[in-house]
Amino acid sequence: MKLLVPVKRVVDYNVKVRVKSDQTGVELTGVKMSMNPFDEIAVEEAVRLKEKGIAAEIVAISIGPAACGETIRTALAMGADRGILVETEASPEPLAVAKMLRAIAEREQPGLVIMGKQAIDDDMNATGQMLAALLGWPQGTFASKVEIAGDTATVTREVDGGLETVALTLPAVVTADLRLNEPRYASLPNIMKARKKPIETIKPADLGVDPAPRLTVLKVTEPPKRQAGRKVGSVAELVDKLRNEAKVI
Amino acid sequence: MQIYNAPLRDMRFVMHELHGSAAHLDRIGKSGVTSELIDSILEEAGKFASEVLLPINASGDEEGCHYENGVVRTPRGFKQAYDQFRESGWSALAAPAEFGGQDLPDIVGKMVEEMQCSANLSFSLYPGLTQGATLALLGHGSDELKARFLPKMIEGVWSGTMNLTEAHCGTDLGLLRTKAVPQEDGSYRITGAKIFISSGEHDLTENIIHLVLARLPDAPKGVKGISMFLVPKFLPTGDNKPGPRNGVTCAGIEHKMGLKASATCQLVFEDAVGWLVGEPNRGLAAMFTMMNAERLSVGIQGLGVAETAYQSAVHYARERLQGRALSGPRRPDLAADPIIVHPDVRRTLMTIRAYVEGCRALSGWVAQALDLEKLGPDPETRRAAEDFVALMTPVVKALFTDLAFETSSMALQVYGGHGYIRDHGMEQLVRDARICMIYEGANGIQALDLVGRKLPAHMGRMLRGFFHPVQAFIEANAADPRIMPLARAFGALQQATAHIAQAGLKDPEEAGAAATDYLRLLGLVALGYMWARTTQVAEAKLPTANGDASFYQSKLTTAQFFNERLLPQAGALWTAIKAGKESMMALDSAAF
Repeated sequence: MKLLVPVKRVVDYNVKVRVKSDQTGVELTGVKMSMNPFDEIAVEEAVRLKEKGIAAEIVAISIGPAACGETIRTALAMGADRGILVETEASPEPLAVAKMLRAIAEREQPGLVIMGKQAIDDDMNATGQMLAALLGWPQGTFASKVEIAGDTATVTREVDGGLETVALTLPAVVTADLRLNEPRYASLPNIMKARKKPIETIKPADLGVDPAPRLTVLKVTEPPKRQAGRKVGSVAELVDKLRNEAKVI
Repeated sequence: MQIYNAPLRDMRFVMHELHGSAAHLDRIGKSGVTSELIDSILEEAGKFASEVLLPINASGDEEGCHYENGVVRTPRGFKQAYDQFRESGWSALAAPAEFGGQDLPDIVGKMVEEMQCSANLSFSLYPGLTQGATLALLGHGSDELKARFLPKMIEGVWSGTMNLTEAHCGTDLGLLRTKAVPQEDGSYRITGAKIFISSGEHDLTENIIHLVLARLPDAPKGVKGISMFLVPKFLPTGDNKPGPRNGVTCAGIEHKMGLKASATCQLVFEDAVGWLVGEPNRGLAAMFTMMNAERLSVGIQGLGVAETAYQSAVHYARERLQGRALSGPRRPDLAADPIIVHPDVRRTLMTIRAYVEGCRALSGWVAQALDLEKLGPDPETRRAAEDFVALMTPVVKALFTDLAFETSSMALQVYGGHGYIRDHGMEQLVRDARICMIYEGANGIQALDLVGRKLPAHMGRMLRGFFHPVQAFIEANAADPRIMPLARAFGALQQATAHIAQAGLKDPEEAGAAATDYLRLLGLVALGYMWARTTQVAEAKLPTANGDASFYQSKLTTAQFFNERLLPQAGALWTAIKAGKESMMALDSAAF
């Protein structure tokens, strides 16, 4: 079985994101970029499926500027076999990404697409769902456990208030949640081997998709600063403030 | 709070931009190692250091190593981290492919080493000593010993140690007493007691390979009668599995000021089976292969700790609100300004930064010479590189570690009382850094090595590889007024060199009295040269830097700070050197 793992290049989770002074977006120049952590979990799951003998090949896909090739290399160093880079300077939105992934899925015919449940930059949480809908495949989102037997994937999902288990008939789309696994560190020999693994570079037009954004960003601002807390002298004062100032009780 | 994120941007600057890694790798026949490959290695190594090694640094210090009945247990998390380290292949990074290594150049190896030292100095000693032992075996071991021990050591399944010190002999190895008695089968039986053996006993690897200095029965007295032996903790079986326990036991571990998660052991050898490494009575030379490599590594340790001290101090200076800026409030919305607004805090942070980045640049230069020493295209290049490494080894060792203690103490000062209490980990950095000035040859000995051995060797030939490029650079940039501080410092260094050569020839005590100041003077000039070259590179890149402009601008500002505020110390050092030994040696011992 072949696995497709889309990986997104995002601002590293350690970086404190700053809004550009002209409010058109966030500052990306000179900022450390890394693979979206949820996608890293998806790559890890794919590699584990391969190690168990369930998957035969893992294809990592990234969409964006040429530097996304480095994000693919990271996936290759973790154990993916080859990469596809869809090179574009546009910042495609979830629907355009889902359309491009559909075109690749139709070409590659994978048994499973496994990806992060959302990217930590825009937190859209939409691409996996859209891709499943476009392909007409079943979806198991927010996966905390994935088991594959024959042509069925049993996916445990983290939903509000508990866990839900669904059985999907393959091919399917699974999106990874935080607790699915703990991604490995790429080993030195694998980092070196990753340099020799192939990455195919294509354009959105090759997939028949226009990556131009459909949304217009009006303004990006920082969230309002949190007010400092105050100490109250007594329970009565607390109740009074909650009732009359905060008006929450 | 100890903060460490690998300074990847600066490492890439040093390696690729300042020292031209592409041309260098071509020159040593490693053009297959691309800058993209290096960057991905550095990135992953940095991740490993911050995420695996750093979290067990403070806890390892708090818990320390445990000793019971000859068994040493490392602190919680160390075994797991070591297994991850080994499985990820980091122990094989710079080792030769013939024995399972990745054969990567030292310019990469030294940077990865720095990261490990930054994140967890105690941890770094375990693989660090294995690496040193590997080098000694590679250089002097028989083919049979190499084939039997190197692959497991490079894989990190077995670790290594170096056994020199005995209770009565540290610096003066001529006094050592451990005996080796030849056996009919060609092996030897080793008997004696060693102290201060780092990683001498622990629970991280299935076997420990000790390299031990001992005397043969007919050995001449002093340092000319010392041989080196390989003594494994477990004697390997035919299929190279750890077999019966050898006659070496751990009699205890030291309770130290710092570096608490590194097991410093007393080892007792009782008729332990060993094999000769290298020629009889030539053990010290063989051990010095390891010692020299370790000395450079200790310098890198200092650099590593200083980097973490810097990052932690910057973090605190930005967050700690106290007082108002002298020029008026900067953050009227807050109860007070962050202390980074204050000139004295700036002075502290800039000093640490200028030293740390300068040392990293210098270590990149020396690492290049390490590569050229082995892989240079012709004998002349290799010999020049060897000279340069020999000259710079005591400088890197002593300068970097003196500065590590000074700068980690300065970083602690930024935290005030919160640095002195244990909660933030700053006092650990100071305590850990302190050992680096002592082991692998105390810094006073490094200064003597520089002045007594390296300067006079081959009529001063070793100085050429350093003096010539500095001189040429100053002459080529004579029109630039910013070169003046370096030119003045270099002038002081040249005069001091001539002075020591003359005065030292008449009276060795004069050379000894000048040694430590001279080493610092030479070190400052080396850092000054690195900053001058950095200025040139940063200026050339700045116009087209786009998003990186602030990086290059910071380089220029830090270079300016170094030139104006730190490099002028060179003049004071020269004044002190000139004064000679008189006031130092005049008092009668009883007058102290």
